[in-house]
Amino acid sequence: MKVDMKIDVHHLTRVEGHGNIHVVVKDGNLVESKWEVVETPRFFEVMLKGMSYEMAHLLTARICGICSIGHALASLRATERAMGIEIPETAKKLRLLAKHGETLQSHLLHLFFLAAPDFFNVGSVIPLVHSHRPAVEIGLRLKKLANEMCDILAGRTTHPVSLCVGGISKAPTKKELQKLRDAISERITDLEQTVELFKTLKMPYFVRATEFVSLKGEEDYPWIGGELISTDGVLKAEDEYLSMTNEYIVDFSTSKFTKLSRTSFAVGPLARINNNYKFLKAKDVAQEFDLKSINHNPFMNNIARLVECVHVVLESRELLDELLDEDLSNICAQYDVKEGEGVGAVEVPRGILYHHYQINEKGFIEKANCIIPTTQNHANIHYDLPNLVQQAVLMGETDTEVTKLCEMLVRSYDPCISCSVH
Amino acid sequence: MEYLGIELKKPKVAFFDFTCCEGCQLQIANKEDTLIDLLSLVEVVNFREISSEKGDDYQIAFIEGAISRQDEVDRVKEIREKTGTLVALGTCACYGGVNSLKNKFPLEDTVKEVYGDHSKETLPVKSVKEVVQVDFEIPGCPISKAEFENIVTHLVLGADFRYHKYPVCVECKQNLNHCLLNEGKICLGPITRAGCDAVCINGKLPCYGCRGPAAEQNWPSLKSILLENGFSLEQIEEKTSFFNSLSEVTKQ
Repeated sequence: MKVDMKIDVHHLTRVEGHGNIHVVVKDGNLVESKWEVVETPRFFEVMLKGMSYEMAHLLTARICGICSIGHALASLRATERAMGIEIPETAKKLRLLAKHGETLQSHLLHLFFLAAPDFFNVGSVIPLVHSHRPAVEIGLRLKKLANEMCDILAGRTTHPVSLCVGGISKAPTKKELQKLRDAISERITDLEQTVELFKTLKMPYFVRATEFVSLKGEEDYPWIGGELISTDGVLKAEDEYLSMTNEYIVDFSTSKFTKLSRTSFAVGPLARINNNYKFLKAKDVAQEFDLKSINHNPFMNNIARLVECVHVVLESRELLDELLDEDLSNICAQYDVKEGEGVGAVEVPRGILYHHYQINEKGFIEKANCIIPTTQNHANIHYDLPNLVQQAVLMGETDTEVTKLCEMLVRSYDPCISCSVH
Repeated sequence: MEYLGIELKKPKVAFFDFTCCEGCQLQIANKEDTLIDLLSLVEVVNFREISSEKGDDYQIAFIEGAISRQDEVDRVKEIREKTGTLVALGTCACYGGVNSLKNKFPLEDTVKEVYGDHSKETLPVKSVKEVVQVDFEIPGCPISKAEFENIVTHLVLGADFRYHKYPVCVECKQNLNHCLLNEGKICLGPITRAGCDAVCINGKLPCYGCRGPAAEQNWPSLKSILLENGFSLEQIEEKTSFFNSLSEVTKQ
């Protein structure tokens, strides 16, 4: 088959940050394929130098407008582990609930606003407001619930205010928690409708054998801290994150790339499910989409995101029931500032996030390192692209179709490019 | 759409992001109750974070983020030429924001620290108004969703929008919060422009001034109280320089 193709997507839309797709096919053969990250670097690790420990999570939350709660929690965990601070159980639950609000918010934003338009052949959610208004309204109602969760638990969705070293600075009232519990019950039907909606959308079929990395669950689906695991059988302690990521620099990207057992690996919802399927509270939903561990189709990240939405809603309801029976006064640990080094690994919407700080005896940060989920996915996207293009060319797809497939592939990782070049 | 019986002209608006976390754009997408109404007030021709439509014809350009690379300088100048009104959206666009903390370090060392010998291009961080003329500023890290809608409505109606002259401290008192200065913290609520409903202090996080200085404030007095409370100049400076938003008053 003689096919010539040149795909140049400059500043891909419906993703956070700036990246370009560049593919050249000549006479049916792929000659070039690149995922170029052109985002402006901000140098957060440098900004952290000399900063007092209590400001670090406020600064690093600003790495990302979408997963700022996740960044704050990874940062706090690194600081707390460096200074040997054990936070109260109630604060742990409140933090997890805030994180679930963020996961839900981020996943829904992706499913309804960023991914769905591709499946309806439109450029954005705006035309869908007219053509599929009930579906859009379901998305908006669920997103509102997610944002209410973040507002009640963290004071705000973007750049949380009440997460602090030692726990939480201000607990919600029981009345607010009850209101949230009721709001969740009211939204269950919307969630079921969303599952039904996604059953009508066909995920492209594309498989590339991939290594998936995530936290390892012990008794529950993992979100904050714990061992690191890969589907290729690697198991490491949280502190060994550097040898789990192996960052390296490529000339065509301002974000670093990473690798483990193969040329690249993937993190994110599909990686979490591939490693922790048995702990999912929404296995029935996963089964409806035939999503089983280990699934190697990156487009199934969309479905994994949907399954996680159901999981976090169910888990949030359980957490709220526990919290409603608890005394909410013990929410922040007393501690002394001390010298130390700590790593915080947290599963944020796009995958596993690491913060690592060295803090001196006066509480100032001497050295910091942050490794972002999307940074870990860039190489995988880069190596998925040529395989996807070759498959599509063999199947006789047109330039327009291949371009769209490439864009959808990148979007399926829900990349947060601004985050990855922090 | 009509307002007071008058047919409104639907201005074409575009959103552009530069050096930032894109959290301010997200605030707009996150206003679920009124998003559809807001979208009926304007015609969005460019909003890369949520839309693949790319239009070059717009009357109002919202610029999110600071400027920290030559391609950004060129791009924002190009937008300035095309647009009628240019609005700086968020603290990064208005003041440089937390990105400006980078400027405390020598540029060469900064790049080397992160990229080693594989040097990447970067410039000292600037606010948008340091590069092009800005017609209106909407500060906040992130912006307040309610205030954003209020301002856009004013812009579309051609009405003047004025910020409160008083500081965040007034809103905080209205919310009956305990004063964090009295609790031994550095709080910049007394000098920061109101309009956020004291959202940080409501959650017991001190104000670090992301919205810039209030028109009516008394920095020398706050500074002497903080010094009396035992804080060092370095400790005070860490907070006042966090968003790079207060330098016009704190450098006095």
